[in-house]
Amino acid sequence: MNPLIRVRDLNVHFPVSRGVLFKRTTGVVRAVDRISFEIMRGETLSLVGESGCGKSTLARAILQLERPTSGRVYFGNTELTGLAPAALRQARRYMQMIFQDPYSSLNPRMTVAQIVAEPLLVHGVATGRQSRKRVAGLLQTVGLSPGMMHRYPHEFSGGQRQRIGIARALAVNPDFIVCDEAIAALDVSIQAQIINLLKDLQRQFDLTYLFIAHDLAVVKHLSRRVAAMYAGRIVELADRDRLYDDPQHPYTRLLLSAVPVPDPGARAGRHAESPAADPASVDPALVDPASVDPALVDPALGTVPATGCSFSHRCPLATDRCRRDAPELRPVAEGHEVACFHA
Amino acid sequence: MSPGHAPLLDVDGLNVEFRTQGGTINAVSGVGFRVAPGETLAIVGESGSGKSCCVLSILGLIPAPPGKVTAGRIRFRDTDLLGMPERELRAIRGSRIAMIFQDPLSSLNPLLTVGTQIAEVLETHLGADRATARKKSIELLRLVGIDAAEQRLNSYPHQLSGGMRQRVMIAIGLACDPELLIADEPTTALDVTIQAQIIDLVKRLRKKNAMSIVWITHDLGVVAGLADRVMVMYAGRVVEEATVDALFATPLHPYTAGLLRSLPRVDADHGDELPAIGGMPPDLARLPEGCAFAARCSRTTDRCRRERPRLEAHAAGHSVACWNAPPSNGTRQAGTSDR
Repeated sequence: MNPLIRVRDLNVHFPVSRGVLFKRTTGVVRAVDRISFEIMRGETLSLVGESGCGKSTLARAILQLERPTSGRVYFGNTELTGLAPAALRQARRYMQMIFQDPYSSLNPRMTVAQIVAEPLLVHGVATGRQSRKRVAGLLQTVGLSPGMMHRYPHEFSGGQRQRIGIARALAVNPDFIVCDEAIAALDVSIQAQIINLLKDLQRQFDLTYLFIAHDLAVVKHLSRRVAAMYAGRIVELADRDRLYDDPQHPYTRLLLSAVPVPDPGARAGRHAESPAADPASVDPALVDPASVDPALVDPALGTVPATGCSFSHRCPLATDRCRRDAPELRPVAEGHEVACFHA
Repeated sequence: MSPGHAPLLDVDGLNVEFRTQGGTINAVSGVGFRVAPGETLAIVGESGSGKSCCVLSILGLIPAPPGKVTAGRIRFRDTDLLGMPERELRAIRGSRIAMIFQDPLSSLNPLLTVGTQIAEVLETHLGADRATARKKSIELLRLVGIDAAEQRLNSYPHQLSGGMRQRVMIAIGLACDPELLIADEPTTALDVTIQAQIIDLVKRLRKKNAMSIVWITHDLGVVAGLADRVMVMYAGRVVEEATVDALFATPLHPYTAGLLRSLPRVDADHGDELPAIGGMPPDLARLPEGCAFAARCSRTTDRCRRERPRLEAHAAGHSVACWNAPPSNGTRQAGTSDR
């Protein structure tokens, strides 16, 4: 298979500074830490992990919306990380993004026609009558009536707005779309509609998706491969079924065990406690900040150990080696990579 | 709910209106439910279904204007909460009825330490002095699983993670040993791992304090793991009410059944296409004459468009508002037949 996106040893570090008058950098947060992976043409790769694990930063760094500290990103044969701004703008035509909040990602002062046509104008793809025709076609594709194109975003429901956002992303015939929590803010009865739409469009236009989500049930339904991220690193990357049926990293197992299942009989009983609630998994470092290098504290990330595996302070399997050396992502089976000494 | 028990909370015929520029909106119409001592009732529905309005009216917290409770009765033990003067209501809120909301950051005062905020509740409602309040605050923080509680008393809300803040909110909620805990989407903004911890914490505390819970959520997974009984709301009305097992095993309302079918699940494989419910929730300012779900329903008949179905008992403890629900088996339950 043919990779569309190749990420090589990507790092995005944010400086942490102290002081108001005499600002000094006291450390760095490694939001994306030595990440390498590929996304194949036509597949959906999902990134899962807790808030603050760096999944959105990684996606933004792939699109060059966040300039990486180091590392390379290739889109097809083009190295995005080396492109000058003008060339990057051209390349971006083939990479689009669908956002979480359909309320704040559409300009309230523009009509639907203007919103969807904007990328056509920016990239010089179509103007005037041609553009109007294209907009009408796009609205139909995402399940909206072309007659609605002169309305404003506030006249639409959340699900319809998300369809408008999807039409805008499709306008310039992209190859690659990043969906950043694209269905999380939608009503439950609307989520399935949008999931189905995204799948249809993928088939119809041969799209490649990077899907960022915290809902592991949705991810299972949509993805071909899934990567679990923790504290800026990919800790496990596997084919969908392998990851859900045989998770190898303790963090992936913790995540999966925490998903509530809509079946009253599924748990050992609803008055029983799930493994995720084991007091041992309550982040001890969060409770006692004195035990960790203060330079590595990020309020969003919680506290990550300065050396060794970043999950070691929450991990039931952690040994001295885990606290000393950081495990690299390595293959454990065909289509299954894990960054854990115990896998 | 077994008929012998007097309910802790008894809501009947509740109507809540909001006056907006687009006309009057009936946010809640004719809603009734009971919660027994020690029972957990989940209220499920999407945004605009009226689930939050129901519980805000229990606490006298509907913003008025534009909102107004126009009809109904809310009894808590032997007292009528709706007719109660604000001063007396305030004495019940936070002591006998506690509440936790979705966003702990906006429910906590950013300028006060966690310790001050817990102590405030204890001093106001129980008349505790400083030293006692401090001691009890430390106990409460330990109870909700916060280590190094003494140090944490001096933390400000922004210094805590989302899960920790929600624990602090629960500690404040539990400060006066409430008989009823009202939780409005308390885990929606949290990560799944933290959500699991909070839910298990609530389960442990429920067992320990024999507390009743009304838990509002849109997540049917959370419902399955926590609730004894479930009430499903759509466009301001109750469309189905059942025990949690009955609701998941034999959902009677097409909306409930459709939601359950359309959910992707980690423990199942779906074909390519999810069986989605078509259409979208109705505009509350322009509700149709008949059933509000008729436009999205696959079983709609002329009668559905003309007449609104009433919530009727179908089996013991299982009521549904649908003309096309399978015929009831005649075992009407005293508690539900009058609604």
